[in-house]
Amino acid sequence: MGFVFYLISAFAVGGALAAVLLKNLVHAALALTVAFLGLAVLFLRLDAQFAGFAQILVYVGAVAILVVFAILLTKGSEVPKEGVFSKTWLAGLAIAAAVFAVLAWAIVQAAPSLPNQAEVPAVTVNDIGNALMSRYVLPLEIIAVLLTAALLGAVIVAMHEKERAKQ
Amino acid sequence: MTTTPLAAYLIVAALIFAVGLAGALTRRNAIMVLIGIELMLNAANLNLIAFWRYGPHPELLNGMMFAIFSIAVAAAEAAVGLGLVISIYRHAKTSDLEQMNRMKG
Repeated sequence: MGFVFYLISAFAVGGALAAVLLKNLVHAALALTVAFLGLAVLFLRLDAQFAGFAQILVYVGAVAILVVFAILLTKGSEVPKEGVFSKTWLAGLAIAAAVFAVLAWAIVQAAPSLPNQAEVPAVTVNDIGNALMSRYVLPLEIIAVLLTAALLGAVIVAMHEKERAKQ
Repeated sequence: MTTTPLAAYLIVAALIFAVGLAGALTRRNAIMVLIGIELMLNAANLNLIAFWRYGPHPELLNGMMFAIFSIAVAAAEAAVGLGLVISIYRHAKTSDLEQMNRMKG
């Protein structure tokens, strides 16, 4: 297990931890970007070039900007006086720790039968395009409809209610 | 050829999933809950890609396609979710989830 893997994983997990723990929401959004970037590099290390670059384009490029916009539009950058964690934070933390414990236990139990190395798959972006246009053409079309509906829905939901504003 | 075992990737994904779940369950701000959900979706994507890479038939692209479609769905979810948060903020003047305790406006 290489040093590089530890470094990238530390970046991804550290970014995720910082995103969850930081009090200022703008700082949390920046930490979230670091976590997304670390995950994208992990995808690249797993020889999934297309997914890695899609991750950078969609998450680091679009979702992070969207989150920052939402934070600024809702004045979320001001740290609230009553604290950033909810009253039931202890229960939430316990549930998350229990979920991690179960997952880690399952992985450790299964580790001896899991493969340690595999041949680099000879998959090019050309193959992915062909698969998207042949075997996965129906999901692709459904995703297209979903994205259009989400685009319209997001605009309509976030649009200013003009009639209410006039009253 | 990499020598990192599959279990290492699964542990990293489980850690990020747990961190995202903790964030979604403990933060007050609605945007932070969405950030936690995004982290959980990303951890699931890492699992899909890792199993695709170490699986018996990577040339079939199953896990890769799952991850790509999951990225697209997550982007749509983020757009609609943040639009809802902005809409609720306009209406209730807060994005604190503990003050959003009624469905009637």
